[in-house]
Amino acid sequence: MTSYLVRRVAGALVILMIISAITFYLFYAVPRDPARAFCGKICQPETLALIRHNLGMDEPLFVQYWHWLAGIFTGREFVQFGECPAPCLGYSFATQEPVFGAIVDRFPVTLSLTLGASVVILAFGIMTGMIAAWKVGQPLDKIASASSVVGASLQIYFVGPLLAFYLVDTLQLIPRPSYVPITENPVEWFTHLLLPWVVLSIIFTANYTRMTRSQMVEQLAEDYVRTARAKGMSSKAVFFRFAWRGAMIPIVTIFGVDLATLLGGAIITEQTFSLHGIGELAVRAVQNTDLPMLLGVTIVGAAAIVLLNILVDVLYAFIDPRVRLT
Amino acid sequence: MTTVSWSGEPGTSRGPGPFLSVRDLSVEFSTEDGIVHAVDNLSFDLEKGTTLGIVGESGSGKSVTNLAILGLHDPAHTKISGEIWLEDQELTSADGTTMEQLRGNRVAMIFQDPLTALSPFHTIGRQIGEVYRKHKGASKKEARDRAIEMLRRVGIPQPETRVDHYPHEFSGGMRQRAMIAMALVCDPDLLIADEPTTALDVTVQAQILDLLKELQQQFGTSIILITHDLGVVAGTADNVMVMYAGRAAERGTVREVLREPQHPYTWGLLSSMPRLNASVDVPLTPVRGTPPSLLNPPSGCPFHPRCDYTKLAGPELCFGQRPSISPETGHGDACYLTLEQKRELRTAKTEDHA
Repeated sequence: MTSYLVRRVAGALVILMIISAITFYLFYAVPRDPARAFCGKICQPETLALIRHNLGMDEPLFVQYWHWLAGIFTGREFVQFGECPAPCLGYSFATQEPVFGAIVDRFPVTLSLTLGASVVILAFGIMTGMIAAWKVGQPLDKIASASSVVGASLQIYFVGPLLAFYLVDTLQLIPRPSYVPITENPVEWFTHLLLPWVVLSIIFTANYTRMTRSQMVEQLAEDYVRTARAKGMSSKAVFFRFAWRGAMIPIVTIFGVDLATLLGGAIITEQTFSLHGIGELAVRAVQNTDLPMLLGVTIVGAAAIVLLNILVDVLYAFIDPRVRLT
Repeated sequence: MTTVSWSGEPGTSRGPGPFLSVRDLSVEFSTEDGIVHAVDNLSFDLEKGTTLGIVGESGSGKSVTNLAILGLHDPAHTKISGEIWLEDQELTSADGTTMEQLRGNRVAMIFQDPLTALSPFHTIGRQIGEVYRKHKGASKKEARDRAIEMLRRVGIPQPETRVDHYPHEFSGGMRQRAMIAMALVCDPDLLIADEPTTALDVTVQAQILDLLKELQQQFGTSIILITHDLGVVAGTADNVMVMYAGRAAERGTVREVLREPQHPYTWGLLSSMPRLNASVDVPLTPVRGTPPSLLNPPSGCPFHPRCDYTKLAGPELCFGQRPSISPETGHGDACYLTLEQKRELRTAKTEDHA
């Protein structure tokens, strides 16, 4: 187990290196010069050269990448701009701050949003899927299946404002979405994020309903489930103790993949509800051609996905004893 | 060898009859393509402590019959008529709770493929133990001890360690032994073994059959052994029922059916089986054609499309009327050929074969 984790983490680091190199090349090879943006409208060639030098942009691309990489461990200093202590993922010249610090500030928002939505997705998706499978072929199953198709067809930027209008403005059931740190006030943290969670999870929940239902129905037809019934196990025990275990495996697999999509969905949700998370940071970085920030967000996002996938694989071994982590 | 009475007294109150009595059992499935007549008016009895071999091709209704005894069919798509008496209890009309208490306790089942039939997610010990806990109200500790005892009884070495292993850590033969341990954990009166050796290689097959026989002698369990292998029946069963298209084609003691088979289908099964003492030059003759579709079974005798003797027996009878098994008791078969004709044909066949 330990050696497995060490190898997986080492592999993850290699993957992140490759991703960062490619992203670095893609971003810095574009013919857009951030130095020129800072230089102002009347730009002297000398000033431009100085800014470029201070940014380290007068060196070959691979040297720039090396500096960036080394900066993660040693920190960097940008003359005329500011200091960037380790771990330095670059310095945003647009917002005048180290990239890492900006991301750390925004991270709790996106984390709260994604984790909360995950809980809603898994809890509701699996629950409704189980109900549908339990009542397979009956009205309740048909309702669940039909509404999951509707749910899966909705879009965040459509449902979000719609729900916000009804629940927040018209009915005033819940407060306008914003971020209250959980350490400050857990109740407000919860109520203020409720709407974004629901909106972000709607599409996914519907998918998990359908998947859980079909997996359960499939598992219930398996031989080992028939054996359990032949042993005199009650329908409930057969359903929850036997079939459920088998149905969970593909759901966990898909969830590992969906986590990435969920992070993507968080960007749209943050925009929709003006939450100041990493997604919003990324969108603004694109608008400002803030390449260091964009690079930092990309790497952190990639790291999150790679790490979560390792977690999912470990989870596998707990669900299915046939999976051995070696 | 125990003699078996094949007579039933449908509708009458039951005295001390056979241990298991199936009367006029029909099982129909409704599918998208129509109604499948999987079992059609089947009757048979089983005495305590004996083994009944049920033989037939795939789709002849062997497994369906036995799943009906356990009440394992999906009631939404299945219509079951007739009666199944286990001593003084009727099973087709029993409610869910009654059947739950019966399954794994008085009636247990062993399935064909022990790899797929055991849960991959639970240890062998837990899978055996939970049956014991469910039916005997045992504690976790008692159930575990019982599981170890059962594993030892079915000949699994080091049961104290093996009890905590998962099915995928067992070999095929070991898995089937564990399956048997699981089936026998509550000392059932009736054990239904659905092709228990089909997925195993021949040496393991013999071991498993010996084990079943041994356990039967020790505990007096009645066994229904479903198989398509007449060799297995010859070595293990007391009585045989040959099934074709959801009906009984022939039944009797093993000696009667294998020595003096009466039904052309039984002849076909026997001549498609290699024999150790026969000349190597004698070709095996399979039963020609394929089993009939049970969506739309043939009129008359269901075997007539594959039978070589319809002209001899009388085409009107074979094509138009469903033969019932006769005589009512003892060695009987469902065929219109006269006893004289059968004897002549059989003699001719054995001469061919020798």
